[in-house]
This record gives sequence, structure tokens and C-alpha cells, in this order.
Amino acid sequence: MKLSEKLPIINKLGLHLRAAAELVKTANKFKSQIFIHHGVQNVNAKSLMGLMTLAAAKGTDLEFAIEGDDAKEAMAAIKALLANKFGEKE
Amino acid sequence: MGEKIYNGIPASGGIAIGPALLYHPQGLSAPRRILRAEETKGEVDRYKEAMAKTRAQISELEAKMKDKLGEEHAAIFQAHQVVLDDPLFMDEIPQAIQTRRLNAEFLLVEALDKFRAVMATLDDSYFRERGGDIQDVGNRLIKNLTGAEKDVLKKLDREVVVIAVDLAPSDTVNMPTDTIKGFCTDVGGRTSHVAIVARSLGLPAVVGMQSLTAEVQDGDMIIVDGNKGLVVVNPLTPTLKQYQRLKESYEAFQKSLEELRALPALTPDNHQVTLAANVEVPQELDEIFRHGAEGIGLFRTEFLFLNREEIPTEEEQYSAYKELATKTGVSPAIVRTLDLGGDKFLSHLNPLNESNPFLGLRAIRLCLKRPDIFKAQLRAILRAAVHGPIKVMFPMISTLAEVRESKILLNLCVQELKREGQVFRSGIEVGAMIEIPSAAVMADLLIQELDFLSIGTNDLIQYTLAVDRVNEAVAYLYDPLHPAILRLIKMTVDACHKAGKWVGICGEMAGDPQFVPLLLGMELDEFSVSVSVIPEIKKVIRMMPFEKSKEIAQAALQMKTSEEVLKLIRDNVPPELKAILF
Repeated sequence: MKLSEKLPIINKLGLHLRAAAELVKTANKFKSQIFIHHGVQNVNAKSLMGLMTLAAAKGTDLEFAIEGDDAKEAMAAIKALLANKFGEKE
Repeated sequence: MGEKIYNGIPASGGIAIGPALLYHPQGLSAPRRILRAEETKGEVDRYKEAMAKTRAQISELEAKMKDKLGEEHAAIFQAHQVVLDDPLFMDEIPQAIQTRRLNAEFLLVEALDKFRAVMATLDDSYFRERGGDIQDVGNRLIKNLTGAEKDVLKKLDREVVVIAVDLAPSDTVNMPTDTIKGFCTDVGGRTSHVAIVARSLGLPAVVGMQSLTAEVQDGDMIIVDGNKGLVVVNPLTPTLKQYQRLKESYEAFQKSLEELRALPALTPDNHQVTLAANVEVPQELDEIFRHGAEGIGLFRTEFLFLNREEIPTEEEQYSAYKELATKTGVSPAIVRTLDLGGDKFLSHLNPLNESNPFLGLRAIRLCLKRPDIFKAQLRAILRAAVHGPIKVMFPMISTLAEVRESKILLNLCVQELKREGQVFRSGIEVGAMIEIPSAAVMADLLIQELDFLSIGTNDLIQYTLAVDRVNEAVAYLYDPLHPAILRLIKMTVDACHKAGKWVGICGEMAGDPQFVPLLLGMELDEFSVSVSVIPEIKKVIRMMPFEKSKEIAQAALQMKTSEEVLKLIRDNVPPELKAILF
């Protein structure tokens, strides 16, 4: 299965190190390949270093491209994580 | 980017040109090393071990932080764990080790550099700075890799000039001269460890550079001019070309000296002396005969004792001396017993905290106070002597009693070894160093109880003239040609010859070509010098008529100042020699 969806970063600090680490942890729960397209960049969501190079601040839309048997579950989990501001207060 | 020239102290002659390797003994230098196919698996394992170690360290930090500041602050270390989980660290590096066959730390540094470059382009300063956390994890990993492998200098696959604050014996031991072309250190003087090792390995070196390590980047082009004590960083093309020419002509001259290798140290009027080598560390042994030495006039044993917590065992020393005997074969080798103050290797040996260590408990004095240390060394020497003609020599003798006591201990070792049924040589030749004025004055009595004497001019000058030559304020008084020194040398030589024994000289004075015509005339039987100057000294000896040198020596003993002595030498050597020396 192949899914693609744009999701906004809504927490105050954006995709900083701790948030990115949470995203990696979530992504790693799934077998699917998860890539993020942003502008000309295309990074692996399972790579913290890749995510850091996105420098995605609050308000950035990231396009998640997920491919694999559990793509649907992965997309749902990521969507929830972002909506939940990575577990942060603001 | 213009060239920059820095001044230092010339420590070892010659010219080296090559890229800089900034060497931090505990630091993050990660030179590139190509692996053989069979090495890659081991390298991956080594990398994985470092990963595990890094993970454990971060967990520990996390726990500590949680204790101190609470969960929230500890979270950064959880993120650090996630950094380690990154495909880069988990998969890409191990894969690259296999496919590119390069060492782990180099690949890591390369990947981190790339990451840093991307981060640096980010507009958002917050994210730019966050790159530091990843760098931090990477550095920790590199540290764990290189910490387990301190000898980066030994595994280079390209030519470099080593730039360091200082180099310790543990750094210079087994330093490969095919990849290391020269070195520059921030600290040190002409007689510091680095300088001595550089000269013995024939590597150009400049020391006392103050803060060169702060000025140079890894990979900067460096010229080391060990003759003048200059270092050029990022030379412009004309400078580089000029130095390449200088290097060639210097090396051609050195090569012309090497042709003397197989020839004896014989004067034109057929007076022959023994030209031997001073050996500081065992790796010089392979170089000695290539340079045309006829034996070893001074085998220093301090390397066995330095940089360690425990005193080396008799067995350990035995294998070192056996290696010496085996490598020198039929050529004689003089092993000098320990010549250190206790403070140099074991702090608890020197509880006195001496205010004047050069006049304190060191060398033979320390050995006689600690017969356990001394006997282990003597036993090892006696046992190794069955493998080759090894002689033993005691340093820093100031009275006859010290000679007698040392010989009693040597005899005791012989008795012990005999009783234990060990293999050893009993009839070993025993000598002493003349490096204290009292010993030179008493040489006629000392030699009656010994087989030979060897004059150590460095200390003899220091003790006779009461000069610490490392002290810049008084270093100008350190003067090998001081008539008092010449008289003490002559006194020692005459005493030995009168007793029908031989006498050598093993200080740095003997390795200065300008002094050779004079020392030759003093009728010294053996010149023992550092390996790299052997060809040059031989060349001088082969050009200097013995009869003429005796005239120089005779006249020198009547001179009032060292300036007069130097002028005397200059005015009386043959013109072709004068052209080389003055």
C-alpha cells in the first residue's frame, strides 16, 4: 500500500530534536518505508539526522509518503503524534 | 589565503613537506585508513563495540540527569539514544566499512561533516544549533573508537607532518617513518624527548612552536625546515618550489654520506676509532647499521621505565635486552643501567619532593637505594648477554664506593643466577660513565676497578659549569669547549690509557662535527653518537689527519677561552674539511 498526505507541524518549537526523536520512535514501530518530502528535500522519517536537516518550524506542512503493508496504521499514528504536538504542552 | 611562517627551535635537521595531521593523543583525530578485505569484519565488530559503549554511557548520563534535575532534562539523552538508532549509525557506517573498506572513525567524521554542512545552510538558527546534539553523540562515538586505539599515528596510509602540543614516548614508539615525514610541537627544546627521537629517526622536526596547533588545520600544507627551525603553513608556489629544491639537495648530501656506511672510521694517516651509536628506543636498532655504526656505545634503558605504573619485570627487561643482543649480533652493545630520578616514573619512589633533583636521588644513587629494582635489571642484562657481546655501564658515578657497591650487587646477581641454574654470561665487561667532575678527577682510580669508561659530556658540562642548559637565562654558559671541560676529558683519557683500558665519549658533544677534530686528537677510542649523525662524523674522521688533530688537542689544553679553542680548530683543519665545518 502506498499513501501520501500533507501534515502540519503545530507545536511551538517545531520539529526540534526531542520532537524529531519522538517521530523516529513512532516511525520505527512500523515496517513501512516512511519518507518526508519538503521542498527539494526528501528524508527518511526513521532518521533523526535526516529530520533535523528539515528544520521544520511551527506551521510547516510536511508531505509524508508511506509505503508498505502497515502504511495505513503508520499514517494514523504519525497524524496523531503531530496533532498531539509530540506530547508537548504547546 | 597567504602563507604563514612560524619560528621555533630546530630540533632535527632536514626538510619535510606534507599535509598537516593535528594529533591530539586523546582527541578526535581520525586519519583515513584503508582496510584489507579480511580486516573489515573486525572493524565492524570494533565499531559495534564502540556503539554499545556509547549507548551505555548515554544511559548512565540519562540516569544521572534524572536523579539531579528530573525527567524533563533527562529527555535530551533519550533523544541522544535515538540519534544512535539512526540508520546512519546503525546501517550506513557498517555497510561503508564493508564496501568502501575504510576505518570506522574516518567514515564517521566524514558523515558528520556532511551533516554539519547541511545544517549550516539552514536559515533557522535554532535548528542550526541543534546540530550540536548530533555532533555530540558522534564525537562520543568517535572518542570511544579512537580511545581504544590510541596509536592512530601507527596506522596512517598517507604521508603527513604531525603537529602536536607535545609527543610522549608512547606516541613516538614504533612511529612509522614511511608515513610520518616530520613533526612540529608547541613545547620542547633541543633535548626534549621529541627532539631526540626525531634525530634518531632522521625526521625533520621543529619544537617550541608555542601555539602552532591553534594556527593549523588538518590537511594544511606544511613545510618543516628542521635546519633553520622554521615552519611554513600553506606555502605559496614559489616558496614550495624553493623548498622542494632545498629538500632534494639536502637529501642528496645525506645520501652521499650514506656511501660511507661500509667504510671504517679511519683517519687519512690510518688511526682508527670505533664509531658507535647512542640508542634511545629499541626501534632505532634497525637503523643503526644502515647508518654505518660499529656497535652501540650507549643503550639507554629508561624507555622501559617511563609511562607506566609498575616497574618492568626482569622478564620484560630480559626480552628487551635479548632483542638488543640479537639485533646487534657480534657488535658490542653497552647497556647503561637506569638513569632516572624516581619522580620520572614512580612518584612513590621519590617521596622527598626534591628541590634540586639533578643533585638528588637519581640514576645509580636511586638504584643503590632500591636494590630490588637494580638487581632485576642486572639479572636481565646478565641473562641477555649470552645472546651477544653486551657490556654494562653505571651512570652518574661520583665516588669509588658507588662503583664497588654496584659491582657487589652485580656479583650477587651472578651468584643467584648460578644457584638457580639460569643461563647467563658471567664475564661481562663493566664500565662507568664519567659525567660528574669528581669522577673525571678520580678516573685513574676508578678505571683500576673497571673495564672501560665512557664520558657523558651533557652532564659533565652541566655539573662542571653549574649550568642548567634548559634554563634560558644561563644557557649561554653551557659550553662544551670550555677549557675546563677539555682538561677533564683529557684527564680521563690519559688515566684509562695508562691503565691499558679503553675510553669512549657518548655525549652530544661527540656528535657535533666541529668538535670531532679536537676530540680525535684527545685520543678517545670510541665515539658514540646519535644514529642520524653517524655518517657525518665518519666523514669528518676520514678527512682529519690524526697527527694534526693531536696538535690541535695539545694546543687546546693551553687555551684560555672556548673562542680561542674554536678558532684553533678552524685554523688547523685541512681546507677541504674547513669548507664543510665552518
